[in-house]
Amino acid sequence: MLDQSVSRRGFLKGSGATLMGTLAMTSLPVAIMAPGRAWALELENLTGRQGEVLLRLTRHIFPHDTLEDAVYALVVKDLDAASADAATQSMMTAGIEHLDARAGGDWLSLDEPTQFMHVRAIAGEDLFEKVRSTAVVSLYNNEMAFRHFGYGGELGDAGYLQRGFNDLTWLPEPPAEASGPVMGVSG
Amino acid sequence: MMESYENKTSFAHDDDSVVVIIGSGAGGGTLADELTQKGIDVVILEAGKLHKRSDFIADEWGSFAQLAWLDNRTTSGTWRVSRDFPNLPSWICKTVGGSTTHWAGASLRFQPHEFRVRTEYGEISGANLLDWPLTYDELEPYYTRAEDKMGVTRTNGRPGLPGNNNFKVMHAGATALGYKQVHTGNMAINALPRDGRSGCLQRGFCFQGCATGAKWSTLYVEIPRALATGHAELRPESHVARIEHNNAGKVTGVVYFDADGNEQRQAARAVAVAGNSIETPRMLLNSASSMFPDGLANSSGQVGRNYMRHMTGSVYAAFEEPVHMYKGTTMAGIIQDESIHDPSRGFAGGYEMETLSLGLPFMAAFLDPGAWGRDFTAAMDQYMHLAGMWLVGEDMPQERNRVTLHDSLKDQYGLPIPNVHFDDHPNDVAMRNHAFQRGIEVYEAAGAINTYRTPPYPSTHNLGTCRMSANARDGVCNAYGQTHDIDNLFISDGSQFTTGAAENPTLTIVSLAIRQAEFIAKQMVTRAI
Repeated sequence: MLDQSVSRRGFLKGSGATLMGTLAMTSLPVAIMAPGRAWALELENLTGRQGEVLLRLTRHIFPHDTLEDAVYALVVKDLDAASADAATQSMMTAGIEHLDARAGGDWLSLDEPTQFMHVRAIAGEDLFEKVRSTAVVSLYNNEMAFRHFGYGGELGDAGYLQRGFNDLTWLPEPPAEASGPVMGVSG
Repeated sequence: MMESYENKTSFAHDDDSVVVIIGSGAGGGTLADELTQKGIDVVILEAGKLHKRSDFIADEWGSFAQLAWLDNRTTSGTWRVSRDFPNLPSWICKTVGGSTTHWAGASLRFQPHEFRVRTEYGEISGANLLDWPLTYDELEPYYTRAEDKMGVTRTNGRPGLPGNNNFKVMHAGATALGYKQVHTGNMAINALPRDGRSGCLQRGFCFQGCATGAKWSTLYVEIPRALATGHAELRPESHVARIEHNNAGKVTGVVYFDADGNEQRQAARAVAVAGNSIETPRMLLNSASSMFPDGLANSSGQVGRNYMRHMTGSVYAAFEEPVHMYKGTTMAGIIQDESIHDPSRGFAGGYEMETLSLGLPFMAAFLDPGAWGRDFTAAMDQYMHLAGMWLVGEDMPQERNRVTLHDSLKDQYGLPIPNVHFDDHPNDVAMRNHAFQRGIEVYEAAGAINTYRTPPYPSTHNLGTCRMSANARDGVCNAYGQTHDIDNLFISDGSQFTTGAAENPTLTIVSLAIRQAEFIAKQMVTRAI
């Protein structure tokens, strides 16, 4: 999982690389969940720079301006895990080298519009598809994303019957004959 | 109180007095209950594991991994599902209870004219239309029994479910447009406690299995009841390979792989196949023999053909104010005004408009598969403000839309996997475009600021691949699901459907299973089988 604090042990394990960041606190619900501002992700298979590139690349593919890097880092975490497979790792390494090469050596150093121009150019290629297909699951399937976008997730397990299933008030109430009784509420 | 799944009895593998039922979903699970209530011994072979209500997961992807049928399949044809989900043509379940674990609960009767569409619609080029060998009036008493069994809301004096936020949006837009038949649906979900099961707590995880049991499922209604009679044995993780027959052309037993991958053989007096409309024809085709070289019950050549999946699509719409569509039942309301046959709209048949909600994970996966960039993320940013509806209508049976055996790929047991070929008929396309437009108008009438047309999901309604026909040359089984070619072989799921109608199929599958059980019992008494 995403560690919320940077530990010395984190620098010594895995590939030796750790992706780190600080919560920007732009998303209030996520900020409330977080025990602290710093976050870190240990990488097992990818280099730190590869992790950086993949995080930026994911931000270009699924740009949510106020969504924390810490959520995008969960995509990098899954891509890092997928890189335990040698063929996947070499595909991603080659894809990143290709992105850097077409950017004149260092895609990360470019400004955002220029970075995006190169992202558009690699759309559909193996690296892009791997990141997109991983991110469309990982980015939206975690508690921080649920809070950010306003989805209840497993909070719904107990049921919304007494917790707002019909709390919308900006439209007229449907007539009783189109609806039905609320269990536990008389009348 | 949690249901008991204890087998009170077990049958010897060479006991040829039992009826073997393959599949434990809407068709197979209901048939098992109905036969055992009459004292008939059955063995239920279910490919999936037993996941009880208490095992259900309030997590879309986690539940998908637990319940969905994920065995490899291939697809072909021009349907978009083949591009977006090439190895997932259908979204059904591999678990005890089958797809009644994940269904939304919509329980609508077919309309009388939908049993005779060849007569009503006339000849439609490219469509293999046929009237059912069964009328609405013949099925009507069984619809009533199924509704009572399942506790369908707004039928036979039962109240409706209370409308949730998603329904409020649909209702406001629909009534502003002048639609009249708008309500919280006919749902096999208890509004109030009934039949030993809870009322709905509005969890919003209908697709992930109903943990309270408020929604009818064979998993915790029909199957425990069948087991309690002492006339049923449930064997989960039993994947059927083929059905065997004797020299007289009668089926004699079923060969399957058990949980350990060992091949087993269960003898049978009769066999009822209810593996959903991809596995059912696959089993018949995989059972080809020298006597039946094209597969069992396939003298018509129609096994696997006329695969239908319903015309589907979804409309999502964003509003200034929040909606929170995920709170409460997934299918929370319906507009039925477009379900009529009115050719002036430019297509035959009709469609239903039903609210639908997806959680954030599935919204990302299904809103516009393959999409990326600002248009996509702008839609996702509005998640809390989205309302949604599913469009479901009658699609045209076509001979070339079919389930076939793959010529090289095999499954984990060495059996050829199925390929599912589908091309939309022009009638399906015209209906979808009309439905998208009307769905958008509903939401605009309620104040939508953005609307989204979402393409079909992998098929949840798989129908028609062993269809009923009056004449043996036109289909696979008769009006009781008995195959034309083999008297003691029955089709007991949606594969029987001659045509698809506009309505969700489960209520009709259950009604047909109740009727089939009576027929099988009579056939056994008279020793016709």
